[in-house]
Amino acid sequence: MKRYLAQRLLLLVPVLAGVSVIIFMVLHLSPGDPVDIMLGSQATPEDRARLRTQLGLDEPLPVQYVRWLGHVARGDLGRSLWMKRAVLDEVLARFKATLLLTGTALVLSTGAGIALGVASASRPHSWLDRTSAVASLFGASMPSFWLGIVLMVVFALWLGWLPASGMYAPYAGGDLRDLLAHLVLPAVTLAAASVTIVARLTRAAMLEVLGQDYIRTARAKGVMEGAVVLRHGLKNALIPIVTVIGVQAGYLLGGAVLTETVFAWPGVGTLMVQGILARDFPLVQGCVLVVALSFVLINLGVDLLYAWLDPRIRYE
Amino acid sequence: MSVRAADVAAAVALESGEGSALAHTLARTARRNRLAVLAGVTLVAVAALAAAAPWLPLLDPDAVDTVKRLRPPFTEGHVLGTDEFGRDLLARLLWGARVSLVAGVVTAAAAMLIGVTIGLVGGFYSGWVEHLVMRLTDIMMAFPYIVLAIAIVAGIGPGLRNAMIAIAIVGFPLYARLVRGVVLSLREREFVEAARALGARDGVILRRHVLPHLVSPVVVAFSLDVGAKILATAGLSFLGLGTQPPTADWGSMLATGRQFVILSPHVVLLPGLAIFVVVLALNLVGDALRDLLDPRQRLR
Repeated sequence: MKRYLAQRLLLLVPVLAGVSVIIFMVLHLSPGDPVDIMLGSQATPEDRARLRTQLGLDEPLPVQYVRWLGHVARGDLGRSLWMKRAVLDEVLARFKATLLLTGTALVLSTGAGIALGVASASRPHSWLDRTSAVASLFGASMPSFWLGIVLMVVFALWLGWLPASGMYAPYAGGDLRDLLAHLVLPAVTLAAASVTIVARLTRAAMLEVLGQDYIRTARAKGVMEGAVVLRHGLKNALIPIVTVIGVQAGYLLGGAVLTETVFAWPGVGTLMVQGILARDFPLVQGCVLVVALSFVLINLGVDLLYAWLDPRIRYE
Repeated sequence: MSVRAADVAAAVALESGEGSALAHTLARTARRNRLAVLAGVTLVAVAALAAAAPWLPLLDPDAVDTVKRLRPPFTEGHVLGTDEFGRDLLARLLWGARVSLVAGVVTAAAAMLIGVTIGLVGGFYSGWVEHLVMRLTDIMMAFPYIVLAIAIVAGIGPGLRNAMIAIAIVGFPLYARLVRGVVLSLREREFVEAARALGARDGVILRRHVLPHLVSPVVVAFSLDVGAKILATAGLSFLGLGTQPPTADWGSMLATGRQFVILSPHVVLLPGLAIFVVVLALNLVGDALRDLLDPRQRLR
């Protein structure tokens, strides 16, 4: 396992290098000159040249890249042009909200997805199985932001059961109850598509396992059906399920951008979109960097979990 | 010479046999999968309506009429009602269909072309080319799909064309992976070796012996991908990074209608429903195509 871990960590180096190059290039591809954005159109050529030297923009790109990477390694992501604050502080503050939303959605989609998948597999072609097949098709075809708006209209505006947007009520809110109430709609919206994916995959994995000889043996021994399905079946079907959950974690992190915008959830996604519209490139860069890094770490975690669950992978 | 003639005869026999088998399977799939046929008909109808939009008796999709703003569906003169500027929703939906459908097809096609080329090269040539190609796709896949697209749009600027470029770039690793996998297994097969022994050049081997095997997996992936690309473009437009006003596309209609959702839910419901129906139809057709072209999946 140690060897595998070392190997896996080593493979991370080229990926991280590539990720950093792409994020750096994105800033420098941009048609707008950051100096124009910072100084406005009234600046004199001398002012512009001075700022340019100050920011190191007159040096060749590779030099700028190495300097930027050095700053990033020390946790300095620059200053936001728009909010005039350190980018890292701002991004990390918002990232907590994104993690809360993504984590809740992941728990929802994993719990509901596995339960639905196991139920469908233990009674294939039942009405539940058919309904979940139709639901998965709908889930893959529905724009998540539209589903979010529909849920908001129904549950917040018509029924008035839940708050429509934000993370806390503007007045008198702020406790856990308030937070949870605000979390329900965005988390359900974000989880919706991924529940159906986890359910379909769990069903397929379970059907494969339930066809094995040892399942028949367990039934012949007189093991209760529930124990056969859960202890003998689900346990052995877990490996593909863990993989798909890992993929879903990354997918949810990306999807959070749209969901956050719908519900005005104060996460990295809304910050990134605001940053783009304000042409605040250091801010956008910081957001993308933090999201990409956590995505890479999630994938690493899934790979390690996978190797731990299935020792054969370590020795390949 | 005689060997070649026999080969040709065998190939022709095989081909005609395959042809009738294909027709048979097609008929059977159509019978069994009425839903997919319905979906296909829906798609053709929507595409035809969108293509014919300039010649249909529609109102001007950008004509503002503030007196008649936010009218509900079935008002006189506006079958599907009007939006916040009094613009006719039916006209905007059909003109928007042109943008959304073209965006979906073009971005998926661009991603497919780049991805298939890269996958072919990466799968066929072992060594540093393969490594370079695979590391590149690894790096692309180290970003969440939509976040990378957003980052690219941030770099090159918002707008429909740039959003499409971003989505195509982000989409190619899917095809590269798929194609590389197939090519890797073909590379060692006897018929490729035989062609090489006969002195065929790489280009000929790739074109004549490898490419035909890629058609069905790529067609299936493409048919499912168009829907995903329509969703992605609509998503970027929804964030304000795609189509810019006043041009109508389904994603931006949803985004601007959002503020009026309490009083006039139809402004948001209709474009969302349009995206949903079209993507659902694409997924149904894609699934049916997979059943048809990939017999291994059918057994499941």
